[in-house]
Amino acid sequence: MTPEVGYAATVAALILAVYGSGAAALSAVKGRADLRRSSERAAVGVWLLVMTCMALLIYAFLTFDFSVRYVAGNTNLGTPFYYRITAVWGALEGSIILWAFMLSIYTLIVMARYRRTQPQLYPWVLAVMLGISAFFLLVMAIPAPPFERLSPIPADGRGLNPLLEDSGMITHPVALYLGFTGFTVPFAFAMAALIIGRTGDEWITITRRWTIVAWYFLSLGLLIGGWWSYHVLGWGGYWAWDPVENAAFMPWLTGTAFLHSVMIQERRRMLKLWNLTLIILTFSLTLFGTFLTRSGIIGSVHAFSQGSVGQFFLGFLALIVLGAFSLLAWRLERLHAQGELDSIVSRESAFLLNNLFLVAAAFTVFFGTVFPLLSEAVKGQKVSVGAAFFNLVNIPIFLALIFLMGVGPLIAWRRASAENLRRNFLTPVAIGIAAAAVCRVAGVANALVLLCLALVVFVAATIALDFARAARARRRTGDGWLDATWGLALRQNRRYGGFVVHLGILVVALGVAGSQAWSTQTEATLNRGESMELAGYTIRFDGLQGVEESNHAKVVGTFTVSDRKGPYTVLTPAKKFYPQEQTPIAAVDYRLGFMEDLYLVLGEFARDGSHATIKIQVNRMVSWLWIGGFLLTLGAALAIVPEPRRTPAVARAGQTAAA
Amino acid sequence: MNRKAKFIGGGLVIVAALAYLIYAGVSQSVVYFVTPSELGAAPVAGKSYRLGGMVMPGTLKWDAKSLDLRFTLSDGQASVPVRHRGTPPDLFAESRGAVVEGTWSHDGYFQATTILAKHSEEYKAPHDQNQAGYKELLKTLKGSEGRP
Repeated sequence: MTPEVGYAATVAALILAVYGSGAAALSAVKGRADLRRSSERAAVGVWLLVMTCMALLIYAFLTFDFSVRYVAGNTNLGTPFYYRITAVWGALEGSIILWAFMLSIYTLIVMARYRRTQPQLYPWVLAVMLGISAFFLLVMAIPAPPFERLSPIPADGRGLNPLLEDSGMITHPVALYLGFTGFTVPFAFAMAALIIGRTGDEWITITRRWTIVAWYFLSLGLLIGGWWSYHVLGWGGYWAWDPVENAAFMPWLTGTAFLHSVMIQERRRMLKLWNLTLIILTFSLTLFGTFLTRSGIIGSVHAFSQGSVGQFFLGFLALIVLGAFSLLAWRLERLHAQGELDSIVSRESAFLLNNLFLVAAAFTVFFGTVFPLLSEAVKGQKVSVGAAFFNLVNIPIFLALIFLMGVGPLIAWRRASAENLRRNFLTPVAIGIAAAAVCRVAGVANALVLLCLALVVFVAATIALDFARAARARRRTGDGWLDATWGLALRQNRRYGGFVVHLGILVVALGVAGSQAWSTQTEATLNRGESMELAGYTIRFDGLQGVEESNHAKVVGTFTVSDRKGPYTVLTPAKKFYPQEQTPIAAVDYRLGFMEDLYLVLGEFARDGSHATIKIQVNRMVSWLWIGGFLLTLGAALAIVPEPRRTPAVARAGQTAAA
Repeated sequence: MNRKAKFIGGGLVIVAALAYLIYAGVSQSVVYFVTPSELGAAPVAGKSYRLGGMVMPGTLKWDAKSLDLRFTLSDGQASVPVRHRGTPPDLFAESRGAVVEGTWSHDGYFQATTILAKHSEEYKAPHDQNQAGYKELLKTLKGSEGRP
């Protein structure tokens, strides 16, 4: 039954979405409220039906309904309870449902929020969003049906990809897709604004918070992905410039550029064309990523199933890009800037440069990812560029971006005077250089790390300076220090949320620099009882042990570690053997620390347990990535919170409550 | 107009710098995909290659103590001796496909930095003889358990 009901719900949702999209558009053209209400009911229907699909699939997983091919392919009787739920989005078909489901939720929120306040934009926004939903439902109906029936019904399923049996898989895809789908909202508003010809600042003001929401989830998804890569994949890194990672990183870069350039439009009424282009690019890149990874045109460590899904995505991508840019061309005469650039030394140009570099970074990532295709098409040569390319090209770009992060928020609008520059930047520059000099004397020899450190300290100093000035100003009006700080963070939460995000990025940057420069690793074969040393740790091999789990067996090695001060910890890296897999899977063990992580991977071993080969890594400052990532998402969350109204009495009451 | 020219000039300088970065990046990190016969025909020492082939039966040698791994990759027409320091990956075995990344050494062998064993694409049914294999493995390990 489940396959048939699920498929029927999918088709019904598809029909409703197509109808709703058309009805919403027609209601806008004809000004008919009844059609608009009908399209709203269709949107609610789509949401209910997609939720039904989701619930049905979860139910099928929980009850081991192997008549559904997708369930049989991604679970077996031994799969533990919670991984049966995450298995729902463990592969292509389920992730498309998740995508459609989130899109339908966003559609409902947009509906509830803007149906009264934006009577002109709103019907078109609804039409665009339902149209995009229709595409995902089409994918669910034809090339990637999650409810395809499998017959004869097998006694047991194939099992979930063991690498996905991890808590990160609960949150990583959800956050990533909330990010991807989140960019649909600003995109839909941009399209609506182009269609009705109100290309002013309205759509930007409405969607800026939505863009931060999407950005927040996308950042979270990327961070959790990095953490998953680090603690599951067992190669000791968090980012490999794999096509799949790049696919998620590109919209993050253009989305970040967009978040910054909207400020210029809000303040100076410039860059209208640029902002529209950026949001179209960002949304297209979320689709491009899916196309890239699902079409199989580029090899990736993430082994995804292939099929005609890639062609569907390519077709839809072409439609979106052509449609959106045609609209843009049609409205071109309305997109002239009302302001203009006054000076190279100004906040406008700092933001322009920031955009240029972010888009350049996105372009280099794009270029490196599709380079194998380009080369084969142009020169007939099979080549690829590895992580070395991305690192080489992106390090200077990101260092420049960090520098601009310090300059942008403090430099004067329009034209910065020498006095303005001196007042804002002399002290931070001096502190940055001094910090690098101190570290140089303390023994840091790596030039790149020193440069990164100088820039990071410079930016941190500008943020501290700005905050101290603002807090002092507020204190003069009578608030205490705590009240002043709180008041600032709450009253100007977008500005200070942004600063917290910047601080997070600084911490991440130090983590990246430190881990790239100072991590060390070695491989060795140890006899039972034998010890070896690396970077001050002594690691003793104590033996192997076989353990049987519900859906796999594992061989666990015991390693006793002591550091210079004495006994430190016992690590138990393992190798897991899944019956459905050809390869055993390494389960790493690690001990995380603030400055360094000790990370052990079990390799070959003798069956009698007499010796084993291990890879030992001492990864420096990787924890800074997670700490910085936490700060970054915290800042983004702060920026999302609505700003309180600026009525003094209310503000005061709020502060007292907060303190 | 002068101001506009300055902006355009500055933009051009940045774009040129980026183009140079990309060019330098590609020429420093490009990896050529080759077969053993292609590599055998014109090996260039120091250039990065990704070499794919089959591990020839009887050529695989691994010393657990020194982690020295040697084998020969073949495509049926030519064969290339490969050396690597490290543990062979799990799927790696004689008569199986493997892809190695590294450089051609002056001393007439391929120095691999990474080895990727090839997964076979075929679907593997659960509960086959493979499982008996790991049951047996468990048994031997349980028997050997012990601390020094």
